[in-house]
Amino acid sequence: MLSVTNLGCRRGDLRVLSGVTFRLAAGQALILRGPNGSGKTTLLRTLAGLAPPDGGHIDAPEDEIAYAGHADGLKSQLTVAENLRFWAQMFGQRTIRPALDTFQLAALANRQAANLSAGQKRRLGLSRMLVTGRRIWLLDEPTVSLDSASTAVFAAMIGDHLAAGGLAVIATHIDLGLSAAQSLDITPFKARPEAHANPFLDGAFT
Amino acid sequence: MIALLRRDLALALRSGGGFGLSLAFFLIVVMFVPFGIGPNSATLATIAPGILWIGALLACLLSLDRIFQLDYEDGSLDLLATAPLPLEGVVAMKALAHWLTTGLPLTLAAPLLGFLLNLPAGGYFWMFLSLLVGTPALSFLGTFGAAITVGLKRGGLLLSLLVLPLYIPTLIFGAQSVTLHLQQLSNATAFSVLAAISLFTFALIPFAAARALRVNLR
Repeated sequence: MLSVTNLGCRRGDLRVLSGVTFRLAAGQALILRGPNGSGKTTLLRTLAGLAPPDGGHIDAPEDEIAYAGHADGLKSQLTVAENLRFWAQMFGQRTIRPALDTFQLAALANRQAANLSAGQKRRLGLSRMLVTGRRIWLLDEPTVSLDSASTAVFAAMIGDHLAAGGLAVIATHIDLGLSAAQSLDITPFKARPEAHANPFLDGAFT
Repeated sequence: MIALLRRDLALALRSGGGFGLSLAFFLIVVMFVPFGIGPNSATLATIAPGILWIGALLACLLSLDRIFQLDYEDGSLDLLATAPLPLEGVVAMKALAHWLTTGLPLTLAAPLLGFLLNLPAGGYFWMFLSLLVGTPALSFLGTFGAAITVGLKRGGLLLSLLVLPLYIPTLIFGAQSVTLHLQQLSNATAFSVLAAISLFTFALIPFAAARALRVNLR
């Protein structure tokens, strides 16, 4: 389903990762591990197609990837339901009710997103994944500012998604307790600094 | 696409500064001219088309940096870029939303303000028509500038410097199509070129701006 071969990733001019290789079948999840700055976000952005790959192959079905980054992409002037409905419409889905119910957002449906707490915003941002109707989820630190109950809800949501034949690549530091999850430490894929990247700087720092 | 347009219009209405700000700015600029130039109605009548066009152009600039910057800051732009709607479609809808919230109100207000500047009677129709045809080009060109400067801290000033030179053709042919008519000359050429510039920006800008956005999202 999602197969990555020898992928290189760049952040701006900097080579961050090289030789990343993994395969995920339907119903599997991949947990990305690695210290801060090791390139988890860059890898996810490259997989999402936001950054061009620096060599290598990403083999994934067309239009099946949904991405959630550090920011939730919420509009503070819109209500919870309006935010969710907008994304549902963008992805051609009709109903937002199941997504509202998953994270117990139904009671907040008419509240402006500006008046939500950080955890509630995160819950809304994550429930957006449910209205995309896509099978491959890329999640960047999804549990930040979630309390333990919501984290459990989130783990259950991922479990349901995998059980329905979905895939997930998740960068996180906590243990979600997913049985179908592989773990990938990306530290070994750290790219070596490019030799002679810029001929004008040759010898400048020696 | 309609969902994005409706969201942008709702945001412009609710956050204030959407409809009101540019319109108020336009009003103030135009009202200041008689104070500065003096109340000589013959002079005012001569410069009225140009002043109205310059006022509309400056008012249009005010809200340009909001087109993509807010979406960039709260992460929506990343999510829009991974949504099924092509980025070109996003750009076109954003530019259209900008025109509906600035260009269209300015166009509707211009004949009224023309009265304050003693615009000769024959000029009202062409003032309205030239702005109606020309202001969409201002929104589209501005969207391109906004796409280039998205992600820059305090990119607003740079945005103005980038975009203002691109506005010159629209300004010249827009103001000329009114002035020529008032001088009893044919304004067909000026007006056709004005319309051509607008059509050219509709065709080209969505692709150029989408390309700039992709580079900036890396």
